[in-house]
Amino acid sequence: MMKPRVATAWLGGCSGCHMSFLDMDERLIELADKMDLVYSPIADIKKFPENVDVTLVEGAVANTENEELAHIIRRHSRIVVSFGDCAVTGNVTAMRNGLTVDAVLKRSYIELADLTPQIPRDYPTIAELMKQAKPLHEIIRVDAFIHGCPPTADSIWSAVSQLLEGKLPALSHVYLRYG
Amino acid sequence: MAILTLTINGEQVSGKDDESLLSIAQQHGIKIPTLCHLEGLSDVGACRLCLVEVEGSPKLFPACTTKPKEGMVVSTDTERLRKYRRLIIEFLASEGNHQCSVCVVNGHCELQNQAYETGLTHVTVPYLYPKKTLDASHEHFIMDRNRCILCTRCVRVCHEVEGAHTWDLSGRGIACEIISDLNQPWGTSESCTSCGKCVLVCPTGAIIEKGEGVSEMEKKTDFLRYIVTARQKREWINVDSDEE
Repeated sequence: MMKPRVATAWLGGCSGCHMSFLDMDERLIELADKMDLVYSPIADIKKFPENVDVTLVEGAVANTENEELAHIIRRHSRIVVSFGDCAVTGNVTAMRNGLTVDAVLKRSYIELADLTPQIPRDYPTIAELMKQAKPLHEIIRVDAFIHGCPPTADSIWSAVSQLLEGKLPALSHVYLRYG
Repeated sequence: MAILTLTINGEQVSGKDDESLLSIAQQHGIKIPTLCHLEGLSDVGACRLCLVEVEGSPKLFPACTTKPKEGMVVSTDTERLRKYRRLIIEFLASEGNHQCSVCVVNGHCELQNQAYETGLTHVTVPYLYPKKTLDASHEHFIMDRNRCILCTRCVRVCHEVEGAHTWDLSGRGIACEIISDLNQPWGTSESCTSCGKCVLVCPTGAIIEKGEGVSEMEKKTDFLRYIVTARQKREWINVDSDEE
């Protein structure tokens, strides 16, 4: 039998959710036997593959690259999971939404710069910030949600175990934890 | 005062005619979710979380401000009510900044707890990100309107218990906000006694103490029932707070 093909993606977030994923410790060895990791920031794979069974998406949709990847993920994945509070609510990534993009960039790259203050624009390798950072389900259809900032290793384990059995994770009350 | 008999969730209950449906339900161990209600303050029906169905009426009634009638048939936990309650929490979440991960009352927040109770997996309405202000001009406390759900507990405790009436409401709809005195910085308020009651009754992280970090602040509202019992009954005793 083919193992489930699993991907994880990192959009506008701090990578804390992925760190929490790694916090599953020795259970990762069990996971490695049960699934194939086909795309992830912790694996050196450049292109999001086709025919993915489950994709966990960390982070809000904050820039044009995030948005493009979100649509590719949706097209190529049977189940898409919002992985952590930034994907679920926008969280810290969306706290800039009350301000203009110009004001945010000016504050970060000019006013708070120690050396060579300049706004990183007009570089082909740097994606443009979207006007507002959005939770993933405002951009694409999302099938399940894992909460927490970051989600605990136990809640990720619970959700991923259910997903690998082909079920949508019904997270118990214990794992419904914002923040 | 008369004793009335009514039905709540198929159960025969009795209550006084000057009590609220919420109070009667609570006395019979029937749990109705609330946010703006707080034992010791008047009820205003601001949050709409305690809405119940009454047989014979297509309208929904806030249990905290609805009085019982003889033979009334009340339902407090139907699929329709659960849907509306979840939606109320979603509207509250979409109209402010309620990001728990960076809030001083994370883990001790009544809005957060109600979100769990209603099984809120995600907010289905668009987030609005309205422009709201934070007032840190007071020496000890902060008013962060981004986290305010307009329950008006602060307004009521300041007016009804402290007798200062520093807080009030201004504006309507999404522009509605809590203001101090004549819409001036809290630190310049002449009526505020700095008693801190508003800080403790605030169900979210909207009114907080300065210097607290994420998840560090836990609000205790026991003091309110102590004061109210002392004033009304002349009994200076701590009342058990295990009712809810």
